[in-house]
Amino acid sequence: MKFLTATILTALLSFIAGIFMPIWWFFAVVALLVALLIHQRAGKAFLAGFLGLFILWFILAFWMDSANNGVLSVKIASLLPLGGSKWALVILTAILGGLIAGFSAMSGSYLRTSGTKNNF
Amino acid sequence: MRIGPFLVSVIIAGGLIYALNRPWGDKVPMPLGKFLSPQFGIWQNAEESDNDFTADLKMEGLHGKAEVFLDERLVPHVFAEDDGDAAFVQGYLHAKFRLWQMEFQTHAAAGRVSEIIGERALAYDRTKRRLGMIFAAENMLKEVEANPNTKKILDSYTAGVNTYINSLKESQLPVEYKLLNYKPELWTNLKSALFIKQMTETLAGSVDDLPLTNARSFFSDDELKVLFPQVPDSLSPIVPKGTVFAPPSIVPIKPADADSVYLEKKDTVQLVDLYQPDPNNGSNNWAVAGSKTKSGAPILCNDPHLELSLPSIWYEMQMTTSTMNAYGVSFPGIPGIVIGFNDSVAFGFTNSQRDVRDYYEIKFKDGSRQQYWFDSAWKDATMRPELIKIKGKPDYIDTIAYTVFGPVMYDKSFPADTISFKEKNLAVRWSAHDPSNELLMWYYLDRAKNFDDYHNAIQYFTCPSQNMVFASKRGEIAIWQQGRMPALWDRQGVYVMPGYDNNYRWQGYIPMEENPHVVNPASGFVSSANQRPVDSAYPYFIPGKYDLYRGYTINKRLDSLQQITPEDMMKLHNENYNSFAQMMRPLLLKYVDESKLSADEKKMADLVRNWNLINDFDEKGATAYQTWFDSFEVLIWSDELIKAKNLYPSERTLVEALLRDSAFKYVDDITTPQKESLYDIVTIALKKATPELLKEDNDNVLAWGKHKNTTIYHLLRTSAMPFARPSLHIGGGQHIVNATQHSHGPSWKMIVHLTDKIEAYGVYPGGQSGNPGSKYYDSFVDQWAAGKYYTIWYMHAGDKLDKKAKWKITFEKI
Repeated sequence: MKFLTATILTALLSFIAGIFMPIWWFFAVVALLVALLIHQRAGKAFLAGFLGLFILWFILAFWMDSANNGVLSVKIASLLPLGGSKWALVILTAILGGLIAGFSAMSGSYLRTSGTKNNF
Repeated sequence: MRIGPFLVSVIIAGGLIYALNRPWGDKVPMPLGKFLSPQFGIWQNAEESDNDFTADLKMEGLHGKAEVFLDERLVPHVFAEDDGDAAFVQGYLHAKFRLWQMEFQTHAAAGRVSEIIGERALAYDRTKRRLGMIFAAENMLKEVEANPNTKKILDSYTAGVNTYINSLKESQLPVEYKLLNYKPELWTNLKSALFIKQMTETLAGSVDDLPLTNARSFFSDDELKVLFPQVPDSLSPIVPKGTVFAPPSIVPIKPADADSVYLEKKDTVQLVDLYQPDPNNGSNNWAVAGSKTKSGAPILCNDPHLELSLPSIWYEMQMTTSTMNAYGVSFPGIPGIVIGFNDSVAFGFTNSQRDVRDYYEIKFKDGSRQQYWFDSAWKDATMRPELIKIKGKPDYIDTIAYTVFGPVMYDKSFPADTISFKEKNLAVRWSAHDPSNELLMWYYLDRAKNFDDYHNAIQYFTCPSQNMVFASKRGEIAIWQQGRMPALWDRQGVYVMPGYDNNYRWQGYIPMEENPHVVNPASGFVSSANQRPVDSAYPYFIPGKYDLYRGYTINKRLDSLQQITPEDMMKLHNENYNSFAQMMRPLLLKYVDESKLSADEKKMADLVRNWNLINDFDEKGATAYQTWFDSFEVLIWSDELIKAKNLYPSERTLVEALLRDSAFKYVDDITTPQKESLYDIVTIALKKATPELLKEDNDNVLAWGKHKNTTIYHLLRTSAMPFARPSLHIGGGQHIVNATQHSHGPSWKMIVHLTDKIEAYGVYPGGQSGNPGSKYYDSFVDQWAAGKYYTIWYMHAGDKLDKKAKWKITFEKI
C-alpha cells in the first residue's frame, strides 16, 4: 500500500510541479520529499520513485506522440542514435526520468533513516 | 548510520541531473534530460494533428483590432484597419510559426554563428563582418527609419515579433533551440535590415573579380574577353534584340593609364572569395497580355530559384487593411508581401545578376592599417571594431579598416591561412553598402493600382537589382530591371582595380529610365530568366553572372503560345526541355569517334542519341548526356585554367565557341605532346564518363531524377537530416525552366490570372509551420514535387463566415 501510494504520489506531484516550476528536474526534489514522507526501505523507495516517473513520462510521451501521429518522435529518434524507433525514444524518455527520480527517492529514504532512526 | 549511502545516492541523482542538463558532444549535442522531458523538452513540440489554432489574444502595442483567419493549409488571412496593426500581426505570426529561422538567418547575416555553434564558424563570421554586412544594414535602417511609412510598419512588425517572444515559455521554444541549447533574443529593426542584406548577398554578392585577376596573369585581356564574353550569340534578352536605345546620359571616362596598370597588369591575388553565394540563384518570371490569353486578361507568373530549405524561406499570407489587400509570400524577418498580387495588380521578381561588387587594392602606410595611399596622399581609414562572441571561448575582436571604397575585406589578418596573400589588401565596393530603403518599394507595390504606381514604387529599390515583372487588371504588362547600378567604362571592375587613384572609382549610376525595361510590347509578353537583359546595342558596360538557356526556352514558348490559360502557364513552369542540350548534343554526337568505343561506351553514346532532350525523372539519357558533357568540359578547360584557380567559362561560351569553330584553340590538351582534335577530346570524355555511368546503372540510379536526387535540407543541413525531405520524385535541372537541381530550385511558384475576380495558384516546397513536429512543416512538398498547385483563396471581408476560414485568431489591445 505504501509502495503504491508513494509511486502514485511521486507521479502526480511531479506532474503538477512540471506545470508550475520552471525547472525540468524539479521532480527529483518531489521524489525525495515523497520518500521522506512515506518511508520505505531504500530499494523499495528507489523502485517507487523510478516507477512513478517512468509511468508519468511514459504516459505523457506516449500520449503526446499519439496525438502527433509520431511526426516528431520518428525524426528525433533518427537524430539521436535510436534508429528512428519512436518506441525507443519513448522508453528512453521514461527511463531517464525514472532513474533520476529513483535515486532521488532513495536519497530521501536514507535521509529519513539517518535522521529519525531512534523513533522506529 | 546511513549518511554514507545517503551521500552516494544523492551524488548519483545529482550526477544524473548534471549530466543530463548539458550537451554530450557531437552525437548528442543537447542536454538530454531537459530535451526529452515531456513537460519541457521536445515532446512539447509534438503538435496535435488536430490542433486548434483558434485563439483570442489581448496584448499591448496594437492601435485597434485585428482578425486572422487561417485556412486549411494554415495560410493566414489578416484583417486589420490599421497598417501598423497588420504589420504587428504579421510579425507575431512570423515569430509564432518561424521564429528560429528568422533569428538563425539574421545571426548568419550578421556574422554571429559562432555564438551558437562555436569556433568552427569564426572564419564564416569574419567574412560577413569584413564584407560589411552590419555596416550595410545600419545604413539601410537609417533610411527606413527616416521615412514615416516604413518606420511605422517596421516598428510595428518588430513589436509583434517581440510580443510573441515575450509570451514564450521555455517549454514552447522551437525544437532547434532545444537541440542547440540556446534561447532567442529580442527582435530589432536592425535584424530586418540584416535579413534584406542577407538576401542581397545571396543575389548580388557573387563576383569573379578575384579568380579573373588571377587568370589575367596567364591570359591577355583579349583572351579573357573571348573566354568570358559579354554578349552570347544565342542570347534571347529581356529587351528584344534590335531595340534602339537612347544615347547614355552618363559616359564614364576610362582612366588614361588603365591599359598598363589595370587591363594588362600581370599580378595575381592568389585568392578566391570564401563563401561565394550559389551561382544557381536565379529565377523565372513573365507576364502575358490579354491579347495572348484565352480570357483576354493578363497572366503573371514567377518562380524564384533559391537554395531549397526547411523551414522554407517563404511564408504565404494575405494582408488586408484600409489601404491594401495583398496576397502572396512574405519573408519571415521583414514586413510586407514580397511576391504576390492585390485587387488590381500582380508583381514578381527575378535576379538581374548584375555585378555591383568590385575590389580595390589598398596600400597601407604601415601595419596599423590606419592610413592608406589615395590620390597622392595618406588618407585616414575609419577603424571599425567588430566583436564576435564565440560559444565556450573568449570574445574575438576583428578591427576592420574602412576606405572611400568600403571595408578592407582581405588583409594580412584575413584570411589567416593564405600565406601568399599577406602582402595584399583588398577593399570591397558594394552597392549594398549604400543607403537605401527597399521596404518602401514593397510598401507602395503592395498598394499599387496600376502601372504608374508600380513605376513609382520600384524607383526605391537599390540592391539587389531585380527584373520586376508587372501586370494589371487594366491590361498593362511590364518588366523593368531596377536597382542602383554603376555606369562603368568598358572592362571596369572585371579585375581588382587600383585603390590609390580616384579615377578608378564608380563615376555615376545609370538613371532608372535608362535601365532595361519593356512596357506593353506588341509581342504581348515580357519575361526574364537571369539572362543578360539587352543585346550589344545597350550603351552601358554591364558585366554580370548571367544565365541563358531558361530565357531562351521561355521566350520561344511564349512567342508561339496563343489563347493562353493558367494551365498552359503551369505546363511552362514544369517544362523539362533542355535547350542547352539541344545545342550541345549534336556536337558530342558528331565528333565522337564510334570506331574507338567499347560496347559499354557505345551503349552510353546511344543513350544520349536516343534521349528526347527532356530532363524528366526517368530519363537515363539525361544523366548520360550531362556526365559526358561535364567530363568534356573538364578536359577542355582544366589544362589551361588550372593556373587560374579553375574558373571555367560558362557552358554557353563553350558551346558557342565550338559551333563557330571546331578547331577552337582550347580544345587541344596542352599537357600532352601531340595535338588533340575535337574528335579526340569528345571521345576521351565519353570514355572517362562511362565507368561512372555504368556504376550508376548498376546501382539503379542512372535515371536523371535519381542521379540528381533532389533533397530539401533543413537549414542545419547535414547535421539535421531527419528534418530534411530527401529523394523527391521530380525532374528538371540547370538551364531548364523547371530549375530543380539537387537542393536548389523553384522556391515559390505563382500564377496570377488578372480576371475581374482574381484567379491565382501557388505552391512552395515546404509548409506554413517551421516546427518539424507539425504536420504543416512539409505539407506542400509532395504537391510541389508533383508539379501541382493550390488554388489560392483570395479572401474578402465578406468571406469571414466561409467554411474555408477554419480557425480564427483575434488580436485586441489590452
